[in-house]
Amino acid sequence: MQELFQQLANGIAWGSIYALIALGYTMVYGILRLINFAHGDVYMVGAFAAYYLALATGAGGAAASLPMALLVLLGSMLVCALVGMLIEFLAYRPVRRSSRLTALITAIGVSLFLENVGLRVFGADPKFFPQLIPPKRITLAGGIMVTNHQITVVVVSILLMVALTLFIQRTKTGKAMRAVAFHRDAASLMGIPVNRIITITFAIGSALAAAAGVLVGLTNPKIEPLMGIMPGIKAFVAAVLGGIGSIPGAVIGGLVMGVSEYLVVGYVSSTYRDAIAFVILILVLLIRPAGLLGRNVAEKV
Amino acid sequence: MSPRKSSFARGLRWVAAALALSLGVDRLAVQWINPYFYRILVLCGLNVMLALSLNLVNGITGQFSIGHAGFMAVGAYASAAFTVYAVPQLFGVGPDASGLVIVGPLLLALLVGGLTSAAAGFLVGLPSMRLRGDYLAIVTLGFGEIIRVVILNIDAVGGARGFAGIPRRTDLAWVIAGALTTWVVLRNVLRSYHGRAFLAIREDEIAAEALGVPTTRYKVTAFVIAAFFAGVAGALFAHYTYLHTNSFTFMKSIEVIVMVVLGGMGSLLGSVLGATVLTALPEALRFASSERLIIYSLLLIVLMIARPQGILGKTEGKRGK
Repeated sequence: MQELFQQLANGIAWGSIYALIALGYTMVYGILRLINFAHGDVYMVGAFAAYYLALATGAGGAAASLPMALLVLLGSMLVCALVGMLIEFLAYRPVRRSSRLTALITAIGVSLFLENVGLRVFGADPKFFPQLIPPKRITLAGGIMVTNHQITVVVVSILLMVALTLFIQRTKTGKAMRAVAFHRDAASLMGIPVNRIITITFAIGSALAAAAGVLVGLTNPKIEPLMGIMPGIKAFVAAVLGGIGSIPGAVIGGLVMGVSEYLVVGYVSSTYRDAIAFVILILVLLIRPAGLLGRNVAEKV
Repeated sequence: MSPRKSSFARGLRWVAAALALSLGVDRLAVQWINPYFYRILVLCGLNVMLALSLNLVNGITGQFSIGHAGFMAVGAYASAAFTVYAVPQLFGVGPDASGLVIVGPLLLALLVGGLTSAAAGFLVGLPSMRLRGDYLAIVTLGFGEIIRVVILNIDAVGGARGFAGIPRRTDLAWVIAGALTTWVVLRNVLRSYHGRAFLAIREDEIAAEALGVPTTRYKVTAFVIAAFFAGVAGALFAHYTYLHTNSFTFMKSIEVIVMVVLGGMGSLLGSVLGATVLTALPEALRFASSERLIIYSLLLIVLMIARPQGILGKTEGKRGK
């Protein structure tokens, strides 16, 4: 029983990271119907941006403190928001009216570009992420061991998700985002600046990916330029699992993925870790083709 | 001569010509070019097979598969296991055999690879009854990853160490013959009644259904045929070079999609061209060793912006935004 709760705790921490990345996928997909394959690499850029920021400010060593860690987090989110906006402007905007496959290949191109520029600029060997917060082990009720890093991951993720939900539900820009996702051309006719809304969407999605990158640096401190590929794919799967386009769906999908991965590691074999996500996905899609929280859109004839 | 007999005779002539061509090119290649270029030619041929077969699903039928490497893996491992475990018992042909005696066993191994993969294609095609577009795509992706992890956990085929002890039996002649066969079969399918059905599904699935095209059956068929040839390509690969699941990652599937799109969706000649260019290009860019993949990715983005229909594509793959 204790073992079960231990794996659940690990799974929730890891799933929160998937959820943060999945949010970016689902937002972009909701608005552009584009699988933004470069999203996983934006997460990698986020981790590296935080790495260099921490080195530059000394937040990883002598000057380590909570405000400094927060500063690094926000700085990295800002860098990635700019990267995301740039990607959208330079690569995706020119192909927006082309077929969806064209846009998809462009996204793959951007993904390869970020990975290879990463290999060139950051180097292929893994870097060790500085300790922004000194690690500490905490024993919860029932003997479950967690680290303060895992708690940080979950708390920061929840805060960001609440902020995102409030933004989308309560602000005018959020309302415009929902309108563009609902029907882009109609939104445009209603005077919504569609281009600006799409840019904002990319900025927010990329900033969330950057946050995931920083958080993953805390818990798994080895970062390298290809680290975004697998989490990128899995976060996308999480978004589809929850129902792509749905924000609570992305969160649920991410948590399901994280928890199921750790359950497989704990009870089956760690070598099957990468497969379980897809097995669950296929099962869910066969029963609910639109994902857990996705809306079934009636087919127009 | 009855028309049927004459078409049979014509078929035989084609086969003879294809065999002569593959063997001839192989002999010439062995004579005239160094092993490095020979290897690139072999990989080109395999990629042509993969791109052509994927084109049937993605370009011609308008579905979206992003797990093609998974079929290749199934074919590769099934045929390799057949050659290593069954062939010595069945034919008495050991791993060191060479010459004409290996033709039969290798042909059979290719068939085993292709058919196993086709069976997998049937399973993957089935969800297309319920799923469309991106959701179907993600199921194919999932299939590719699951296959890889499962193979990684089967000790009899080497698991994470890679499958050692497979005799090297593929040469350029086999690869050219395989690519030609893929081409001819797909061309004939495309020109037949069934080819029209595949195209109809791509153009408008609802209209096709309304006109009496059994869309599900055709979609599954497309997956089965594509998987078969991908499996054969995998089988040829397994008998050519070191076999490890790392050759069949998601990136490999992406590579094949890029070949199809770059060549032009739905254009067979385009797939051949796309596969050739994209196999040769990274090699040609070797002079800029560390920047070559950066250049490659930039070229991809620029091409998509400048010519989204691919090099030989006539129309954009599909309407929609």
